[in-house]
Amino acid sequence: MGSTSAHGENSNGEGFGRRDLIKRSAALGLIAVPTMSFLSACASGSDETTKGNESKVAVTKENPFGVAKGGKLDVVVFKGGYGDDYAKAWEAAFDKKWGTTSSHLSTQEITSKLQPRFNGGNPPDVVDDSGAQQIKLDVLAKGNQLADLTVVLDAPSLDDPTKKVRDTLMPGTIEGGMIGGKFVALQYVYTVWGLWYSGKLFKEKGWTAPKTWPEFMDICQKAKAAGIGGLAHQGKYPYYINVAIMDLIAKKGGLDAMKAIDNLEPNAFANNPVALEAVEAIYEIVEKDLLMAGTNGLTHTESQTQWNQGKAAFITSGSWLENEQLKQTPDDFDMQFLPMPVLPGSKLPFEAIRAGAGEPFIVPEKAANKAGGLEFLRSMLSREWSTLFAQQANSLTVLKDGVDPAVKLRPGTQSAVTALKAAGDNTFNYRYGDWYSEMGTELENASNELMAKRIQPKEWIKRAQAAVDKATKDPNAKNNKRS
Amino acid sequence: MSHVANSKGRGGFIAGFLILPLALYLTFVIWPYIQTFGYSFTNWTGQSPTFDFVGLDNYSALMKDEVFRGALLHNLLLLVFVPAITILISLFFAFMLNAGGRSGAGGVQGVAGSALYKVIYFFPQVLSLAILAVLFGAVYRSDEGGLLNGFLTKLGLVDPAHPIEWLNEPNFVLWCLLLVVVWHGVGFYLVLFSAAMQSIPKDIYEAALLDGAKRAQTFFKVTLPLLWDSVQTSAVYLGIAAMDMFVLVSTMTSGQFGGGPDHHSEVMATVLMRNFLYFGKAGYACAMGVVMLVLTLILSAITLRATRREHVEF
Repeated sequence: MGSTSAHGENSNGEGFGRRDLIKRSAALGLIAVPTMSFLSACASGSDETTKGNESKVAVTKENPFGVAKGGKLDVVVFKGGYGDDYAKAWEAAFDKKWGTTSSHLSTQEITSKLQPRFNGGNPPDVVDDSGAQQIKLDVLAKGNQLADLTVVLDAPSLDDPTKKVRDTLMPGTIEGGMIGGKFVALQYVYTVWGLWYSGKLFKEKGWTAPKTWPEFMDICQKAKAAGIGGLAHQGKYPYYINVAIMDLIAKKGGLDAMKAIDNLEPNAFANNPVALEAVEAIYEIVEKDLLMAGTNGLTHTESQTQWNQGKAAFITSGSWLENEQLKQTPDDFDMQFLPMPVLPGSKLPFEAIRAGAGEPFIVPEKAANKAGGLEFLRSMLSREWSTLFAQQANSLTVLKDGVDPAVKLRPGTQSAVTALKAAGDNTFNYRYGDWYSEMGTELENASNELMAKRIQPKEWIKRAQAAVDKATKDPNAKNNKRS
Repeated sequence: MSHVANSKGRGGFIAGFLILPLALYLTFVIWPYIQTFGYSFTNWTGQSPTFDFVGLDNYSALMKDEVFRGALLHNLLLLVFVPAITILISLFFAFMLNAGGRSGAGGVQGVAGSALYKVIYFFPQVLSLAILAVLFGAVYRSDEGGLLNGFLTKLGLVDPAHPIEWLNEPNFVLWCLLLVVVWHGVGFYLVLFSAAMQSIPKDIYEAALLDGAKRAQTFFKVTLPLLWDSVQTSAVYLGIAAMDMFVLVSTMTSGQFGGGPDHHSEVMATVLMRNFLYFGKAGYACAMGVVMLVLTLILSAITLRATRREHVEF
């Protein structure tokens, strides 16, 4: 699932809004059923043989997959927080170079549009399999529907043919696309998480971006004195405030504190002064009344828009924020990224940020133009295409230094590039959310109660540890270990 | 099919026509029920065609699941209040619209302008629940931008720096949702009761009037007994709605498929969906589905039996 869908806004349960009560009750009592046969159908796709459409073009250093000139390329992209303008720009560039005709489909309904095509043995050549209705990658992998993308990693980079593509990627990209020991998905978008503020507002008020927690609290106090909130968060989705809490823990306690949580250790939260200090720091914002008014009950768009209107100094979010808020952001807003300020005595420096790859692109094994699909992915990992993406989707890619410095990016994206450079190797990323969704949900519930002042930090720690202990009973707990 | 008709005469002929719909019904309605029942004894994850048989494990886990028990309690609470409040209000309005007026010379009619009121009352029913969720999301919004908060702030009842976070207040959230359901339902049941009231012969009212009955007496002695069938049906329908609540809870409250804050607005359907699609515990979710089915059936049976009365002929 792409980072844009982290807050589950697609949980609207479409299709339930009918007034026919009897039918609805039956449908609800047994809602599981139609979906069931549907899902198993998707796992047991037909085993039709590959269409013998492989081109007989000589494989060269410039053309490592043997793409035939002319022909067709079938591209399907998820149209979510990043839009689809970037894909159109890519397809135009691809057609120009290879003389192909690309067909472009952008949709939010990846599963319903592509399920029949995967089952029928005529899948597209490139798919951005993302969003709430993505086809689960592990299901596709089990059905042998995914091409092994290792060849792309080992092909020469378009920017520097002496280098392999794999050497041009941000750390974590390859691990993020491995399923069952094979590299089958290119997680293309590089996301950074942290705080955001308006450069314009800060300039007006004469504030400087804080690096330490006391400085951060100071600005929150000043904001309150100026009649606005200090911190805004997307209260209806406590996922966001957890970014702040968990980042404080990782920065204060170092990577060991983060791994202890992911590895479900018995003292991940309990008897861990680092965790308590982080939660107490966040709670101090609540206690001193420095939250934006009403922020605890707002959706992500509501609170982000309030923040855009200058109702709060800071907000927590990932780097999709700028593109998501494009229409609501005033022209002179000057959106800026800020790594989480550090508590005194933190093991990681202020520059350290949470960062990771998302938004999986795949090439189906049975694609008619598989070589074209692979070449498309290789092109995505060129500086030219990466820059196109950064400009059109206002987000970063997994290509190292993937944005041409001469190109002018929107301020938020630019500040994220700068922050990422400053962070260097000091990046971290939690895994518990992907590994243990129940634990993630329980941490979010606890944070929601904390922000509403209904529980105290000690109680939060107790609930968090209980969630960790519960997750150790998960059958996956044996396989999910990080070091 | 024709030989069936020949050999068995008319009965076979009709059966021939019924076979196709029956087959469709069995395949698409009954068979899924049976499948769900089967899956509820497995540890199926919902994302893989393989699973193991685990016997009654899911059901025993369900007994210990505090979140599900809380959700059940909320459903029961709604079950008591949704039908009671909706029916009382719609009965009152329907009576006022149809027999509440006394202006005509001895005639039985509604209050002035009742035709217009009926249209207005029915209006909420025209909106789908999804639209209602958005609409009331704006009413309950947790900052000054919310209709309720904005209104209360203007009146000076709420401090703009600390608005009431309606849907984020454990003590309010369920009642806020209940209000939406009632608001939505009253119009429909008003029209239903109106139609039933109009079929009551005017002579009965006139006779009651001549005997000097007051409005309240007319209502309890004449209208209500003659409406009882409609009230009974409404109670079953509203009861089923109260057992559901999925759309409103999942869109309006916080959490994956709603239920927040901290499970205070959880209903069985939201717990089911979260386990099914988000936690990957499809077998467990199927067990919840079976429990919901059984409870809904029991509920319908009880309601129909408990409200059984002598049918009044007229």
